[in-house]
Amino acid sequence: MNMIAFSQTDNQHLIELQGVTKVYGTGQAAMHALRGIDLHIEEGDFVAVMGPSGSGKSTCMNILGCLDTPTAGAYKFKGIEVGKLTRNQRTRLRRFYLGFVFQGYNLLNRTSALENVELPLIYRGVPSGVRRVRAVQALDRVGLKGWDSHTPGELSGGQQQRVAIARAIVTEPAVLFADEPTGNLDTARSREIMDLLTELNRDQGITIVMVTHEMDMAAYAKRIVRFLDGLVESDEQNGRTA
Amino acid sequence: MLWNTVLLALRELKRNVMRSILTILGIVIGVGAVITMVTIGGGATAQVKEQIASMGSNLLMVSPGKRLGPGQSSGNIPFKQADAEAIAREVSSVAAVAPVSSKSIQAVFGNQNWSTQVTGSDNQYFRVTNRSIRSGRQFSDSELRAGAAVCIVGETVRKKLFGGQDPIGEKIRLQKLSCEVIGLLEGKGQSTMGMDQDDIVVIPLSTFQRRISGNQDVAIIQVSVRDGAPTEKAQRDIQLLMRERRHLSASDDDNFNVMDMKEIAKMLTGTTQLLTALLSAVAAVSLLVGGIGIMNIMLVSVTERTREIGIRLAIGALESEVLMQFLVEAVVLSSFGGLIGIALALTASIWLADVLHVPFVFNAGIVIIAFLFSAAVGVIFGYFPAFKAARLDPIEALRHE
Ligand SMILES: Nc1ncnc2c1ncn2[C@@H]1O[C@H](COP(=O)(O)OP(=O)(O)OP(=O)(O)O)[C@@H](O)[C@H]1O
Ligand SMILES: [Mg+2]
Repeated sequence: MNMIAFSQTDNQHLIELQGVTKVYGTGQAAMHALRGIDLHIEEGDFVAVMGPSGSGKSTCMNILGCLDTPTAGAYKFKGIEVGKLTRNQRTRLRRFYLGFVFQGYNLLNRTSALENVELPLIYRGVPSGVRRVRAVQALDRVGLKGWDSHTPGELSGGQQQRVAIARAIVTEPAVLFADEPTGNLDTARSREIMDLLTELNRDQGITIVMVTHEMDMAAYAKRIVRFLDGLVESDEQNGRTA
Repeated sequence: MLWNTVLLALRELKRNVMRSILTILGIVIGVGAVITMVTIGGGATAQVKEQIASMGSNLLMVSPGKRLGPGQSSGNIPFKQADAEAIAREVSSVAAVAPVSSKSIQAVFGNQNWSTQVTGSDNQYFRVTNRSIRSGRQFSDSELRAGAAVCIVGETVRKKLFGGQDPIGEKIRLQKLSCEVIGLLEGKGQSTMGMDQDDIVVIPLSTFQRRISGNQDVAIIQVSVRDGAPTEKAQRDIQLLMRERRHLSASDDDNFNVMDMKEIAKMLTGTTQLLTALLSAVAAVSLLVGGIGIMNIMLVSVTERTREIGIRLAIGALESEVLMQFLVEAVVLSSFGGLIGIALALTASIWLADVLHVPFVFNAGIVIIAFLFSAAVGVIFGYFPAFKAARLDPIEALRHE
């Protein structure tokens, strides 16, 4: 497997955005989703991203998650400029280092919850026995014990969202990107998920970047970044560390 | 990983059973047709060769007309018995010459009847065709000269008309001719293009001419060349003799044909080979159509599953892995069609071989080739849709509804 060689220097950030812009479309129809984002995220951090709808949170997450590349500016992951990687290299980055909870869940239809959770392990080449055990564990952690064989169609929105979270954490990625992971959950469930994320961050050292609209959820994070019109409006440490 | 991909493909195809079946129909028909044609063609060819071998390689057939085809000699000056006698007399390298005419006639004994091939010839016929009399006797010279009502029957005719009874001395009726059975031929076994060589009644040529055909013509002259003598020379000598007897000038083409068994074999197998080639072309076209069908369905499938592809790419599937997934799906689909085609073809071949009285010769080569071909159709026609899937942009694909 053609791994990516990271250049390790001392005072290097895990994630570094420098003047990142993203423009959809061209000419008159051009949509400036990001207008110049500067952002550093260190290893082990737990960042909540907030901001009004359309402020560019998801766009920024897609870029951070190596699913998309900036129109201008640079995104460095562990010192590597992602925009200069090939498609396959970016895929390998995602496969081995990143976990992603999509805003719209994006589960495979007509495929059981267990198989959905197993999917990233398949692409990591984990043998089927181990895969199964880890997928069952991940489903257990998001409170879906016994729901293995249900397909997304047979699950509620909140349950689907938790399957999506299980799929993102099953690989124990270096960085977990979660786009509104509790958007469809009631307060009690949301708190369980936030406790889980906090635990992953604290005990396993997983760096977490999470988009949320709710101040209650953002309160779990160590740091809160606010977006407005494609720019970082504020970036501050969270007073009340959970 | 590949095994996983195959399982994945099978599951995907199972979700759309009806569509999958319709998609592979072209491949099933193509593969089925090719294998059936080649198997039956091969059986027929083997049978022709076997019969020709049983007739001996030193046999020559002299027939009127430019080229000998099964029952094709019309519009040409027929031979007479004198032509056969002339060959026997003048061509030194011949061992035996038999003038032969024949007709399919209903033979009747008591309340039994059986449609058989009645052949008018003389005792030379048995030498030329390498047959012997099992019981009874050959024709006598006087019977031959006088056109006596006597006959020698083959094993099949004996069985059909007489059952367990001894035929010698009994009388059978051939049209208006009532003739006495004086001999029984040694059985040769079933052979040649579904024609049973034992399904025969031989009567003196003069009897045939007088009582059955009503003219003095001889349909064909069969000649056997002496052992060790070159057949080419005998062929040439007969050709020259016949040209002279038929008063052909140097500029005229032959209006008759002297063929040895090699040429006859070539001609007979040539017909089956031409047929095989033609039908194989039809089959190839249906494989092509089948391939296009697979490409079409795979393209539909890629569009339908854009979101799935987006998810896989986003989660960590490499382009090559997505490509492989769809390619394997296409290949599984097409080779499944191939397998069904093979099964159908073998069933059809066994049945057809039975109906057409040709041996069933299993041709492993063509089965393997047809299978590989069907798999290749999957690779070739599945590649473009698979490539399209692999090149999707994950973000775009995820936004696809
Ligand atoms: N693929 C795209 N093509 C065109 N415009 C896009 C695309 N993706 C996003 N946009 C636009 O970019 C802007 C930012 O979108 P983004 O999804 O990042 O917002 P968001 O902050 O995540 O909002 P929400 O809180 O509603 O999820 C929006 O105006 C959106 O319409
Ligand atoms: Mg969003």
